[in-house]
Amino acid sequence: MTVATRVRLGCAGIVLALLLAGCAGTGKDELVIGEYGSLTGNDATFGQSTKNGVELAYSELQAQKQGRIGGLPVRFVVEDDQGRPEEAATVVQKLINQDRVISVIGEVASSRSLAAAPICQAAGVPMISPSSTNPAVTEKGDYIFRMCFIDPFQGTVMARFAGDSLHLKRVAILKDVKNDYSVGLAQFFTEAFTRTGGQIVEETAYSAGDQDFRSQLTAIKAKNPQAIFVPGYYTEVGLIARQARELGITVPILGGDGWESEQLLNIGGAALNGSYYSNHFAVDNPDPHLQDFLRRYKAKFGKESDAIGGLAYDAASVLFQSLDKLAQQDPDTFKGLASSKAGTSARKAAEKKLRDIIATTTRYPGVTGTITLDEHRNASKPAVVIAIRNGAKHYAATINP
Amino acid sequence: MRRALGPIAVLLLLAGLDVALPRLINPYLFQIVVLCGINVILAVSLNLVNGFTGQFSIGHAGFMAVGAYGSAMFSLHVGQKWADALAAAHLPGAIATGLPLLAALLLGGLLAAAAGWLVGLPSLRLRGDYLAIVTLGFGEIIRVIITNVNAVGAARGLPGIPGWVDFFWVGLGVVAVIVVAVNLAHSTHGRALFAIRDDEVAAEALGVDTTRYKVLAFVYGAFFAGVAGGLFAHYLSYLNPNSFTFLKSIEVIAMVVLGGLGSISGSVLAAIILTLLPEVLRPVKDYRMVLYSLMLIVLMITRPGGLLGNRELRLPWRKRQTASGTGLA
Amino acid sequence: MSTFLQQLVNGITWGSVYALIALGYTMVYGILRLINFAHGDVYMLGAFVGLYTATWLRAGENPSLGHAAVVLLAAMLACGAIGIVIERAAYKPVRHSSRLSALITAIGVSLFLENGGVLLFGPDPRFFPQIVAAKIIPLGGGVTISNQQIIILGVSLALMFALRFIVLHTRVGKAMQAVSYSHTAASLMGISVDRIITFTFMLGSMLAAAAGVLVALQNPKIEPYMGVLPGLKAFVAAVLGGIGNIPGAVIGGLVMGVAEVLVTGYVSPTYRDAIAFVLLIVILLVRPAGILGKSQAEKV
Repeated sequence: MTVATRVRLGCAGIVLALLLAGCAGTGKDELVIGEYGSLTGNDATFGQSTKNGVELAYSELQAQKQGRIGGLPVRFVVEDDQGRPEEAATVVQKLINQDRVISVIGEVASSRSLAAAPICQAAGVPMISPSSTNPAVTEKGDYIFRMCFIDPFQGTVMARFAGDSLHLKRVAILKDVKNDYSVGLAQFFTEAFTRTGGQIVEETAYSAGDQDFRSQLTAIKAKNPQAIFVPGYYTEVGLIARQARELGITVPILGGDGWESEQLLNIGGAALNGSYYSNHFAVDNPDPHLQDFLRRYKAKFGKESDAIGGLAYDAASVLFQSLDKLAQQDPDTFKGLASSKAGTSARKAAEKKLRDIIATTTRYPGVTGTITLDEHRNASKPAVVIAIRNGAKHYAATINP
Repeated sequence: MRRALGPIAVLLLLAGLDVALPRLINPYLFQIVVLCGINVILAVSLNLVNGFTGQFSIGHAGFMAVGAYGSAMFSLHVGQKWADALAAAHLPGAIATGLPLLAALLLGGLLAAAAGWLVGLPSLRLRGDYLAIVTLGFGEIIRVIITNVNAVGAARGLPGIPGWVDFFWVGLGVVAVIVVAVNLAHSTHGRALFAIRDDEVAAEALGVDTTRYKVLAFVYGAFFAGVAGGLFAHYLSYLNPNSFTFLKSIEVIAMVVLGGLGSISGSVLAAIILTLLPEVLRPVKDYRMVLYSLMLIVLMITRPGGLLGNRELRLPWRKRQTASGTGLA
Repeated sequence: MSTFLQQLVNGITWGSVYALIALGYTMVYGILRLINFAHGDVYMLGAFVGLYTATWLRAGENPSLGHAAVVLLAAMLACGAIGIVIERAAYKPVRHSSRLSALITAIGVSLFLENGGVLLFGPDPRFFPQIVAAKIIPLGGGVTISNQQIIILGVSLALMFALRFIVLHTRVGKAMQAVSYSHTAASLMGISVDRIITFTFMLGSMLAAAAGVLVALQNPKIEPYMGVLPGLKAFVAAVLGGIGNIPGAVIGGLVMGVAEVLVTGYVSPTYRDAIAFVLLIVILLVRPAGILGKSQAEKV
């Protein structure tokens, strides 16, 4: 066999495998739901938390209703986008066209949600982002929803808290320039904070993955601010806090929901005492619904849930509830969602109906707060401010929209 | 007349496939086909630099980014207006979007070629690994600049690029890069490039203007990388600097080396295989990238010259000379 | 002024980390002419081995220099072994293939270690226990340095001198020099080239592991992808100083560290990642052999 023949055979094999994978539909009728996230790559912890949250909701559906909605068994297809926007676009295409999902849950990072949203919109498949806070995501179309508040609100929350509760006038900002979320949040914070008469004395930046922030902090120290706003992910915040304290900076550090992780305090340690951040929920909130969720999450995955996991759980629960509603209100249309109806006009009509039902979600008692979707398909719900004292997170305030 | 037949046949074939493909396969498979095409352009164009001339470029993603962002900015600010005007003049949709797209792709390619010329210049003084590091640095610098310039969306990415690319345009890009590469391989220029690869000192002694040809290879390679970037931008409608990391450059190098340095058909094959491989490996989830990297290592150990070495796949009904001389073993 | 001095202190300590990683790069390149892309990932593995050793020793609960030394040694030994395995399993088989296929192999090993790391250690960043209690030492005029920064600087310099001694004054070091000049000539002189190459990899990996532990000491967040960017920049540092040259790697590392910090502090932090490469291109155009380049006869 010549090399060329072998190569040709190899190629034929791969193409064949792909085609077979494409045709491997299951025979029985079911409800297929897609979930995509960064299971690997730099933000892998977000993808993993999201997957866990969805998995928990699904396992409860199995326990309570044998995993069925409206008589049809529910099946999840989870895909990894490696934290890359173009991969997110590919996996969503795969979920919609190959797995024929009826709805998509994902992503955490706004950049990946932005790449995937137009595809869901064009295909008429409802997409629920659990935790992308950039406003542009749901502006992609009326099939795109989210379970969290948006950055302009979150920026206002921290600005109001800094001005009204902490009585601060001079704040420095240290943002992550590689992260759209961080850049956006810094901008909204600046707008809200200067409106209340505050002053941004220094705005500087770092890039996700950096390990050394001393030179930025040295520059900030020279401006003598009353607090430093760090709207980044928890991965860097802990190090920033440590290095700030080493350089003799004692002022509080403020942040957003990107701080939320059980790892935050491990990395930052005592350096984070006296800091505040805005979040979707507070773990010491006595709400039995939330405490129950946290207990079950810990029992299943052996670790504390972060807000990302909670939001994913809520996203899956809202979707289950909407499907349930559709099955009860309009059983005939609901049947269009069955996997055997993929590609038919019945499916299209059912998707439309499902979208309408998700859009009218009001006062849903989620673990991350009561969820009501506004006319822009964003969850309008209060944010909480968490204070870090003596190496623990404490509920500090609730700020309403 | 007969000379025109070939191109016309190719155009008709592409147009036919353009109509047929979306009806035959679902959008997911279609997207993979498109991505295969874009990767083929990238791999063949990098082969012009690394395989033909034996230079060491590991910053191809940088040229791709220049082309992608350049063409996207053109379409957003100028091309869209042209398309609207052409549509208003009752031209069919394919032409109304095709002309501005062609302009955008050429502009993206030219911008990338200019960047390639700039990067190629250091090859006046640098050889081998040093050049490699300069190209790597160039790729990183481009990405950092994009991440910082608000006009192109910075870290947020650039949304809303018109999605004008369909199979026809990707196919045209693939055909163009292959035709250029094949013709180059059989021209005096190509011979000069191979001579430089095999022995730069000897080539220079024989009167080959090594500097000129090395820069030329860079310019050609960068142009097509820019075109690939433009196609990528206008297919995905959304650009993000994270798509053009060092990892992307590595992917393209892997395609070229896997296919065989200097082998055009090898690059084409390897680009297709390495685009399909991660998709085929999807079911194994978390183990996917581990398997991918292991396969890369094993392939390099068992077939260090790549799948085809420096030979070409020959169509059975057509006998042609191999594209290159002895080349690298 | 105090701000500037503080920045200088920051730059020098950060630069010494680059220097330590760059040492391994420079040695391997000097002998094999191979850009060992997996070097940054060995640095990551070093940090993880350190983490597990420290956890096993419960070093976080009673920080002491003795514990720190044990952790450092364990990481260096383990990574030395890993270095040998990598060289024998992946690099040796491609040694006589084209340079590009060797490079791809190195990239493959790098991707394998990163993604394998995700599987093995999990994607979440891990916390490196405080095995040396942090102390802030004021240098006067508002400038501070931490004892961890001093340890990084001290250990880096000590390892550099140890390496220099090995290369210049031991039999195996002389053999390394011989191999770096010519594999064929060295083997004709009765030097086992294979062994020397393996030894070089082991040394380089040990240095990378030391860097991993030292960095984790000060910046206790470790994760499987932590080696990618420092690895790349350390390579740039090695080229900057003149690749294959031991003092060059250290100078290159320090120059990079200081340049990055000054750009971050005084120009724009967002161009920090670019400055390394801009500096590199300028140096290569002006002085292609790097700062110390060929001006020194010693070459490893």
